Amino acid sequence: MLSNEENKEIDEEIKLYPYQGAACIDALKIVQQHRGWISDEAINDIASKLGLSPDEVDGVATFYTRIYRKPVGKNIILICDGISCLVMGYESLYGYISKKLSIEFGETSGDGRFTLLPVSCLGDCDHAPAMMINDDHYNNLTFEKIDEILGKYR
Amino acid sequence: METPLTQHIKPAKLPPGISEFIKTGGYNGVKKALNSMAPDEIIALVKSSGLTGRGGAGFPTGLKWSFVPKETNNSGLKYLVCNADEMEPAAFKDRYLLEGNPHQLIAGMIITSYAIGAQKAYIFIRWAYKKAEILVRKAIAEAYDAGYLGKNILGSGYNLDLYVHSSAGRYICGEETALLNSLEGKRGIPRTKPPFPAVSGLFGRPTVVNNVETLCWISHIVEKGIDWFLKLSLTNEGGTKLYGVSGHVKKPGIWELPMGTPMREIIYDYAGGMQEGYKLRGIIPGGASTDFMTGSHLDTKMDFASVRETGSRLGTGTMVILDDKTCPVAFIHNMIKFFAEESCGWCTPCREGLPWVQKILASFEKGAAKTSDMDILEFHTLYMGPGNTFCAHAPGAVEPLQSGLKYFREDFLQHITDKKCPWR
Repeated sequence: MLSNEENKEIDEEIKLYPYQGAACIDALKIVQQHRGWISDEAINDIASKLGLSPDEVDGVATFYTRIYRKPVGKNIILICDGISCLVMGYESLYGYISKKLSIEFGETSGDGRFTLLPVSCLGDCDHAPAMMINDDHYNNLTFEKIDEILGKYR
Repeated sequence: METPLTQHIKPAKLPPGISEFIKTGGYNGVKKALNSMAPDEIIALVKSSGLTGRGGAGFPTGLKWSFVPKETNNSGLKYLVCNADEMEPAAFKDRYLLEGNPHQLIAGMIITSYAIGAQKAYIFIRWAYKKAEILVRKAIAEAYDAGYLGKNILGSGYNLDLYVHSSAGRYICGEETALLNSLEGKRGIPRTKPPFPAVSGLFGRPTVVNNVETLCWISHIVEKGIDWFLKLSLTNEGGTKLYGVSGHVKKPGIWELPMGTPMREIIYDYAGGMQEGYKLRGIIPGGASTDFMTGSHLDTKMDFASVRETGSRLGTGTMVILDDKTCPVAFIHNMIKFFAEESCGWCTPCREGLPWVQKILASFEKGAAKTSDMDILEFHTLYMGPGNTFCAHAPGAVEPLQSGLKYFREDFLQHITDKKCPWR
């Protein structure tokens, strides 16, 4: 079941469109914001709220990179693998983070603290290499900086 | 040198709030348009200014607007959509404008909506641009409070609502018809054209989709006129352009310069030239879907027509430099991998062709490529070329590959003969 808060937030988004199904992506993002990821149950609940079939909602959910259909860690590290970050050495940063947390792209650390994912160009090319953790952007990254940044996320 | 789009942007500081923006004359264009100009007059003005779409395709903006049907009875809705889904690898200009001066965009959107007869407008903003989204939402709220949005704007009788939609990822949503599907809450897959969005776009209604940088121009052109706009440029394409440089240069960054500023000046004077120990080998001039240029093209004027003459495209105008310490094959592989992952999967050449090319480039990097693989790569640049795919995604994707095979052929062949990547 969708929570009261989720319902309320989705209703606000529905107002911006001529029909409720158009708020599908917004609804998925809202539920994910509250729960971390989108379960089958959430798909069904969103579908009945918006008058769509569960398959329609799942089709949308699986199309978009930033909708997670599997559980993720408490914090999500997104390492930019865009072309400017390649030139400026994201691969060694990835190696460093991967070793430090003992996880590879697509994996979640054993303590559930971090999920590590690649992300396409973050538009921080003049300060490459760059990454995001949750909603926060970080750039001009070095190994030392990464140690400090990761420490902020418990 | 005038820098109309960026003059009030102070990086690392908050953008101008509405009172500061009004004080600097920021909403004068809106006042002039709504109080003293007919919609057709504005379309004619923008058309004759020659302003071209700054999202990368360079389509004439006024012409795009003129395709929207004129309805005298105002029977149905029309829409304006701002494409702020900047996701082209190596592009970082719209983010700068969104974070730096959101009211400038809103002013442009009010005038554009009025000119095309739109009653509702959306800003489709990339999910990753969180800071930009917050600042844009704040600016919209301020504009409503001050009477620049909502009902009867500035007493003109014109109504406009402006909404923000934050995306959920996928590069293809920057393609205007895929963007419209995504805004309707669907999978972001491009639509058949015709009908073009100007006739049947968002929710089946006439819609104009314009890039952030394009819309930021509108208020300035309305306020200061065509002569002023044309004089800003060094060529016959008017205005200024946001140019960026990233890679191993001394001062990577973004600058607003006259349209047609030579590439050499941008890379060497503004970006400070190459860092010690790095030599320039190639330039991707306007995002990952544009062909390579080389050191022999440095005197090219960076406008749409001049870059086209070199066989490439101006695209977004944000360049990334390939240096001699970076493997050209790895460089191209990185971009192709991105395009393969971002293919929406709708049409076969793109869905199957890009992963095929990606696998072959991976085999080059592993030292497992064969001479015959060169032909397979060449074949794919034609197979996925313009006219063979549903949208421009795959033709754009193979642009750096086709020019890379031309300019860096020796490097490809060396991977085959050495049976390894010479850079690793």
